[in-house]
Amino acid sequence: MRWTAIKIARAGITMWLVVTFVFFVLRISGDPTDMLLPDDIDQATRDFYRRLWGLDQPLLTQYWSYLMALVQGDFGISFRNNLDAYDLVMERVPKTLLLTGTALIISLAIGIPLGILAALYRDSWLDRGVMAVAVFGFSMPNFFLGILLILVFSLQLRVLPSSGSGTWAHLIMPAATLGISFAAQFARYTRSSMIDVLSKPYMRTARSKGAGPGRRVTLHAVPNASVPIVTILGFKIGELIGGAVITETVFAWPGIGRLLTTAVGSRDLAVVQCIMILLALTMVTANAITDLIYGWIDPRVRVGAGATQK
Amino acid sequence: MLLHVKDLAVTIDRRAKTPVRPVRGVSLTVDAGTTVAIVGESGCGKSMTCLAISGLLPARGRVSAGQIILQGQDLAALDAKSAMALRRASMASVFQDATGGLNPVRSIGWQIAEAVRLRVGATRAEAAKEAVRLLGRVGLPEPERRAREYPHQFSGGMNQRAMIALAIAGSPKLLIADEATTALDVTVQAQILDLIGDLRDSLGMGVIFVTHDLGLVAQYAEQIVVMYAGRVVERAETAALFAAPRHPYTQALLTSLPSAAKPAERLPTIEGVVPPIDALPPGCAFAPRCSRANHICSQEDPVLLGGVACHHIQVMA
Repeated sequence: MRWTAIKIARAGITMWLVVTFVFFVLRISGDPTDMLLPDDIDQATRDFYRRLWGLDQPLLTQYWSYLMALVQGDFGISFRNNLDAYDLVMERVPKTLLLTGTALIISLAIGIPLGILAALYRDSWLDRGVMAVAVFGFSMPNFFLGILLILVFSLQLRVLPSSGSGTWAHLIMPAATLGISFAAQFARYTRSSMIDVLSKPYMRTARSKGAGPGRRVTLHAVPNASVPIVTILGFKIGELIGGAVITETVFAWPGIGRLLTTAVGSRDLAVVQCIMILLALTMVTANAITDLIYGWIDPRVRVGAGATQK
Repeated sequence: MLLHVKDLAVTIDRRAKTPVRPVRGVSLTVDAGTTVAIVGESGCGKSMTCLAISGLLPARGRVSAGQIILQGQDLAALDAKSAMALRRASMASVFQDATGGLNPVRSIGWQIAEAVRLRVGATRAEAAKEAVRLLGRVGLPEPERRAREYPHQFSGGMNQRAMIALAIAGSPKLLIADEATTALDVTVQAQILDLIGDLRDSLGMGVIFVTHDLGLVAQYAEQIVVMYAGRVVERAETAALFAAPRHPYTQALLTSLPSAAKPAERLPTIEGVVPPIDALPPGCAFAPRCSRANHICSQEDPVLLGGVACHHIQVMA
């Protein structure tokens, strides 16, 4: 209970820091009306909008009223189209979830089995091949891979659409672009984790019991090797979202990543803040889930376990 | 005759280097219900001998010569699968690091039940029950509760008991205890030795007990095999070996044992270290450390005759 309370308090502080940081950085970095309004607009109109959006108030007053509204669930109004920022963001969330979710599944489904195989056949041609491809996939920037895929599959072969969303065909290239570098990373982490586990004395014990290779890998090695992988997975969620911003821009995928790029470009403060809060919340939740899974896999970190040592 | 090992040699292949032979012609025999102790310093090949017998050599290691005859069957003559089945049914090993030897993410009961199921093919429920019985058999209090716990919740001695319970699952004929008590406190060490002796007598197991501590095995083993640099240098009944050690190395080992009778004296040590297996001296491997070595010793490797391998011992034909 105490452990949960500490976790929640810590998450709350994290959220508050993110909100505050984003609020001030966005406002210090320039007047939104410069971006939103045409250059040749007269000062009276400019002042009208500044008053309308509350930008004429002192910064701390703005901050306070923003926080108060936020506590009541009001994320503010988009400067660009007068819509509720929260609705605007939520409308895009399913698309981003679809993209990042697919990419994550692809990367785990490819990366983990390849990493396990590479570790089992360490120093073989298979291992070398997998690792060479992994280095390639890992070091290729997202935007470059995306553009490369568009060149090959959309312009040359004309088999996949280069932008937009709506059909499964639209999903393939963005998800692959985003998933491949993570698949490469997961393959590398899985390999090193498995190599470490395979040399452990308990693997010899399993062999001395007469457990076959399949049983040794699935029931003895993988559960142990997955502990560090789960830890890394928690961190990778953040990178995945970062990657989604770029990938969505390259493929004109209408998710929150692309919304974020346009909103930042036009200083649409309420929308940017809403997205940042959402992302921070996702990260905090991802970390909490990681902790839960971690305890579920590894009895040594399970809450309430231990302390019975003779 | 439960196990007969004849002229066993183990070769380890190395990347871009010449292979090494940590075991170079070892012979020994274990009968049901008796204990054979293999004694020697670190790096003498005693563990490699055991791993070869139990089929657990590292990936680059292989049996390069000799025979391992288990319950009348030559393991080398069997295909890999049958050899593994025979080993699984008739032998088990206990190692030094019991805590590391148990899987940290599996409960103690699960790990023992798995051994039961693999060796005798019981159902899940039967195996779980048998695991609890075995934990009780090795002297763990509250076996039912303990079976649900994990290795990190056990002390080193308790984990070694759990390892022994795991080893005796399915009543193997041969138990190999490789430095099984080395990492434990002296009192726990004695308890584990007693437990192994007790199980040997009640289950009629043959036991190979590997240790670097000659004093430890005096009262537990019927026969002692002293190894040096991958070879057997002396093999004798325990009483005979302690009464009249013949090989200079055995003599040196015995004089370096602490004795309760003369506590104040400074213990003699054997000068030098075991030569590395990839740089063995020519002739007798012990010669560079032997006070009696002469020119023959550094030229010819003595063979094991009448239980001892030394140029200085005249064996009656």
